[in-house]
Amino acid sequence: MMKRDQCLKVLARHRTDEIVVAVYQAAQEWLHLSPSDLNYTFTGAMGQGSSHALGIALGRPDKRVVVLDGDGSLLMNLGTLVTIAHAAPKNLVHCLCQNGTYETNGAVDIPGRGKLSFPGLAREAGYPKTYAFANLDEWERAVDGILQEDGPVFVDLHVEPGEHYPEDFQRLYDIEYRERFRRALAKA
Amino acid sequence: MVENAERLRAADLITAIKSAGIRFIVALPDRTTSEYLLKPMLADPELRVVQICKEDEGVSICSGLYAAGQRALLLMQHTGLLDSINALRGVAVEGQNPVCMMVGLLSKEPGVLPTQSKRYGIRIVEPVLDAMQIEHHLIEAPDDVEKVVPAIEAAYARSMPVVMLIGREPL
Repeated sequence: MMKRDQCLKVLARHRTDEIVVAVYQAAQEWLHLSPSDLNYTFTGAMGQGSSHALGIALGRPDKRVVVLDGDGSLLMNLGTLVTIAHAAPKNLVHCLCQNGTYETNGAVDIPGRGKLSFPGLAREAGYPKTYAFANLDEWERAVDGILQEDGPVFVDLHVEPGEHYPEDFQRLYDIEYRERFRRALAKA
Repeated sequence: MVENAERLRAADLITAIKSAGIRFIVALPDRTTSEYLLKPMLADPELRVVQICKEDEGVSICSGLYAAGQRALLLMQHTGLLDSINALRGVAVEGQNPVCMMVGLLSKEPGVLPTQSKRYGIRIVEPVLDAMQIEHHLIEAPDDVEKVVPAIEAAYARSMPVVMLIGREPL
């Protein structure tokens, strides 16, 4: 099991010009760990992160898009796995921060905790490549290759809460930052 | 034949959609629009159709495409619209995303206003959209095609969603 902020720091160290779509706890931490105008957190409703990411990936096939999804979020929009696999964007990396709980909403366990295989669901939905990591060193060794691989790629990251970062829900959904994202992406 | 001449033409709708700069169609099959709108779109090399499993996904995919500088149209049935209210609330309205939707009113009686339909599911659509402060237009007669381009342009100018209700199967 990896501390989530440590896991995200690995990704931040290897990030170059990727767009990162992030939801809930991962988003709160990511904005501190890897500030960039190409961070997109304006997902608006639970479960929708990967769908926003798919739209961005299809709209800008020249840019790599990484989505930091949550397990509770993904369960709310499981069809997204089929939709993404069918649309088959080569530039999309679908990371799942699997903590086994609805952490933002009281840390109640997700249904199926410990029994569900998210990479199994992704694989059966048609993702050509899936990975799972519970160890920081292994994640660090693989991340560069994954970021360059043809997608859609599914990456199951087994995480638990690490260091606490200040939460700012206003910032996550701020339209001004969304517009800043659009301008930055138009120039990128 | 006379009746067909007075029917909404799917080809005119597709021309209008393209004129508004739409290149991505995000869709779930809807009985009102499947045959003459979606199927030709799937075969149209100028359009990229993204098939979805649930309509709320489509609201977000269109928003992601907007963030990436692309224009999109979400094609679905009114049941899917009703199922997507939270995404429309959070992603489209509060998120100020110009999500443009064409929504088939399955089983609406021809020539009858949606609010006057005998069917509960049809009657509530416009009041629900009004309550959500979402702009909407009824597209049912051939002349209604003229509403399509201005509706889409206005949505992008305001960065707010718009719903075009398809009142009868186009031919």
